[in-house]
Amino acid sequence: MKTIKVSVVTPDGPVYESDVEMVSTKAKTGELGILPGHIPMVAPLQIGAVRLKLEDGKSDMVAVSGGFLEVRPDKVTILAQTAEQSDEIDLDRALQARERAEKRLQEKQQESIDFRRAELALQRAINRINVANKQL
Amino acid sequence: MASLRDIKSRITSTKKTSQITKAMEMVSASKWNKGVMNAKAFVPYMEKIQEVTASIAAGSQDANHPMLVSRPVKKTGYLVITSDRGLAGAYNTNVLRQVYQTIQNRHQSNDEFSIIAIGRVGRDFFAKRGINVVLEIIGVADQPSFVEIQDIASKSVGMFSDGTFDKLYIYYSHYVSAVSQEVTEKQVLPLTEISTSSSKLTSYEFEPNAEEILEVLLPQYAESLIYGSLLDSKASEHAARMNAMRNATDNAKDLINALSLSYNRARQAAITQEITEIVGGAAALE
Repeated sequence: MKTIKVSVVTPDGPVYESDVEMVSTKAKTGELGILPGHIPMVAPLQIGAVRLKLEDGKSDMVAVSGGFLEVRPDKVTILAQTAEQSDEIDLDRALQARERAEKRLQEKQQESIDFRRAELALQRAINRINVANKQL
Repeated sequence: MASLRDIKSRITSTKKTSQITKAMEMVSASKWNKGVMNAKAFVPYMEKIQEVTASIAAGSQDANHPMLVSRPVKKTGYLVITSDRGLAGAYNTNVLRQVYQTIQNRHQSNDEFSIIAIGRVGRDFFAKRGINVVLEIIGVADQPSFVEIQDIASKSVGMFSDGTFDKLYIYYSHYVSAVSQEVTEKQVLPLTEISTSSSKLTSYEFEPNAEEILEVLLPQYAESLIYGSLLDSKASEHAARMNAMRNATDNAKDLINALSLSYNRARQAAITQEITEIVGGAAALE
């Protein structure tokens, strides 16, 4: 089957690079799957997992916190402010972050900026935990 | 002439100082290496985001996102990147001098601009002159990660969006080579000119539409400009400190040589004087 090059790039350097059969991820508008030969496209992403289906039937997972996806005829690039591959995630830290964020959400007033921030932190933590456990 | 013991103690203290500066030079050298590597690792991200932004901005002429449009300037923001610690030669002074001069030339009163400071030296400089520092961050790591400065970057971009200021400049020391750093002024916002190194602009399909993508993309682009400048200036900082420390070590070496010479001279003079005294004493006995 045909494959397409994928790279996940963050400000701290490239995180993932490989040839894959399919990229599936969550864009702002909904679940999105990219196969080789897709038309050029740009879409903003949600905090979520990027699933990359490899040629041998296995799949890799990368946790991204927002950013966007760029599709070119020969290449897919994901630009995110932070991204980790599933085996690089610090699970303990993510679990702690989830706890912290949950606590903060109970204390804070709704509508405040801190509340919104804690919400996002919680989303990121849950996303990391899910990706680390390869559940989705 | 200084006594033998005075010279001796000066030599010892200079030697100790030179050991310290030597150590600091080596520490900076390794940090400098890492700093340059960080700046390199950032390049692919920056290039990509520049390419996409340029493609979209060029593709949709009618897109008038507030970040792309210049508006009448009532207040200007200056983001100044300095280090937290001194002993880096003219690294901080150069940046601060240029910012200060520019501000004095461009503005009549302190209400016309606000300062955002990254680094303790810069913050203290403006605080001492009674200039309002609206945002500050100190204690940025030598190898900063994006997360560390994301807060200040997004706040700075936010202050442009909510109209606190109408233009944002960034001042930092651009890394040219290990021996040369240049103070650079860069206009971050509004993004009037987005240059791209690659000529191939692709026309994209937008999901859902160009406006919403710009909404996500432009703040991220502006934040990466800030982060890129920070990495650049960190590389400069370590290079500057390395040079300053190398010069200090060299100077100490010269000083020790000169001091040893006068120490030996003084010692020889003392011996000669003793001999003369003995010979004189013996002659007086005959």
